[in-house]
Amino acid sequence: MDIYSEKGKKRLIKRYTPKTKLFKTSILAFIFGGTICALGEALRILFVNLGLEDKLAVTLVSLSFVAIASVLTVIGLFDRIARHAGAGTLVPITGFSNSVTSEAMDSASEGYVLGVGSKIFTVAGPVLLYGTAAGVVYGIVYFIAKLIEGGAVR
Amino acid sequence: MRVRRLSRPPRFVSWASVGGYEESRGPLGEKLDFVDKTDTFGQKTWELAEGEMGRCALNMALTKAGLSHDRLELLVAGDLQNQCVASSLGAGSFGIPFLGVYGACSTCTESLLILSVMLSEGCATLGAAATTSHNSAAERQFRTPVEYGAQRAPSAQWTATAGGAFILSSDYGIISCERKGSVELSEVAVGKIIDGATADGSNMGGAMAFAAADTILSYFEETGNDPAMFDHIVTGDLGRVGSDILRHILGEKLPKAVSRHTDCGLLLYDSEIQDVHSGASGCGTSASVLAAHFLPALERGDLSDILFLSTGALMSPSSVLQGRNISAVAPLIRLTHRDNEKTEREEPSNE
Repeated sequence: MDIYSEKGKKRLIKRYTPKTKLFKTSILAFIFGGTICALGEALRILFVNLGLEDKLAVTLVSLSFVAIASVLTVIGLFDRIARHAGAGTLVPITGFSNSVTSEAMDSASEGYVLGVGSKIFTVAGPVLLYGTAAGVVYGIVYFIAKLIEGGAVR
Repeated sequence: MRVRRLSRPPRFVSWASVGGYEESRGPLGEKLDFVDKTDTFGQKTWELAEGEMGRCALNMALTKAGLSHDRLELLVAGDLQNQCVASSLGAGSFGIPFLGVYGACSTCTESLLILSVMLSEGCATLGAAATTSHNSAAERQFRTPVEYGAQRAPSAQWTATAGGAFILSSDYGIISCERKGSVELSEVAVGKIIDGATADGSNMGGAMAFAAADTILSYFEETGNDPAMFDHIVTGDLGRVGSDILRHILGEKLPKAVSRHTDCGLLLYDSEIQDVHSGASGCGTSASVLAAHFLPALERGDLSDILFLSTGALMSPSSVLQGRNISAVAPLIRLTHRDNEKTEREEPSNE
């Protein structure tokens, strides 16, 4: 005895499943994400004022965020912040750092080769794969654009 | 006929519940027999912690009954981990003949159902059932790393770090232990697998509601019992979303049952102060709430008759990613208070 048809069940599920509060989560993501970006800019200015080249300063900002997010993950604070921040902490490099660190922590009990080694990028894998793939596509587009321009491709 | 009345209904001799940090903050926190606020239970890994929870619960149940573990002839236990590894890790040290069962979140009822039938049929006279779930172990296995920062959907539920152990006996003649107990497991029904019509892993309550509805409606249709006979019709871990859907269906098909319904997933946590979204899930939910809340009330006679069913969402991380709908199953047991002086009460017959 099927109580309801697939369609009827779907309708009931839709009716009683609360929706994610889009407005609230978007605003929170904007505030957290924006704060992280503003902090990044502040760090960049600080590094430049310390006498670093702009390019190196930018790289250092990313590295700093990776380190900070990793530490926050280890002490168990990151997931509590991310619960409210959502995309605000997921989209910047902090999300990548958290996904790698948390997976490393979890798989440490399974050994450093077959545990950490093989599982560390389980969550971050898509970012690595499609980030690299996007880089390749961008390179090809750039190459062709330069060819069309007629300039020498160096 | 799916509902079976046991010929020699076993009784609950003793029981014990365990819980972790979130559970200790919930409304039942004070009633849990053992709580470890670190969630580690003194172990190095979450998997071992879950095993230790089961071992603790069983040990406490044995102590309460004044029994040594070698008196147990059978242990039916399950958990949320692959190959029920927590149960075997935890119970291995006892050396009791062991049956590992997996029914996802329905494991508590499933293990009690199997144990009670075996006791009733004389396969053993004294046996135990134990069920655990651990939030961190489950997160690792089914979702993302424990410390991974993600926002959860409002319909998502919180896998309970909780468990329960139950010792049952069908020994009526020779008193096999100090306590006889006054809670009888009188009827069992095995539910069918019902399609949940969603592949959304963060809406398991919604997917399981239909299986619960099917089992409840079938039970009343087959037995002809009146829902008003029961103090409660308890579901395992439907949570807010699943409970709403179940009550909607019952409202249409069996209105009398709506007011009797209550859900363990809504009893374990205080959703006002705890960030658990749609409520508790995991097989430890129904096990701990049964052991900490319903069995004591039944034993005292505050409750006289309940239907207890826990629902299991039958899916794997792969099946969900492959877009398969989540199926669910809901086994049912009937728990009845019996006065030790009076032997049998007049009940409407199934036949």
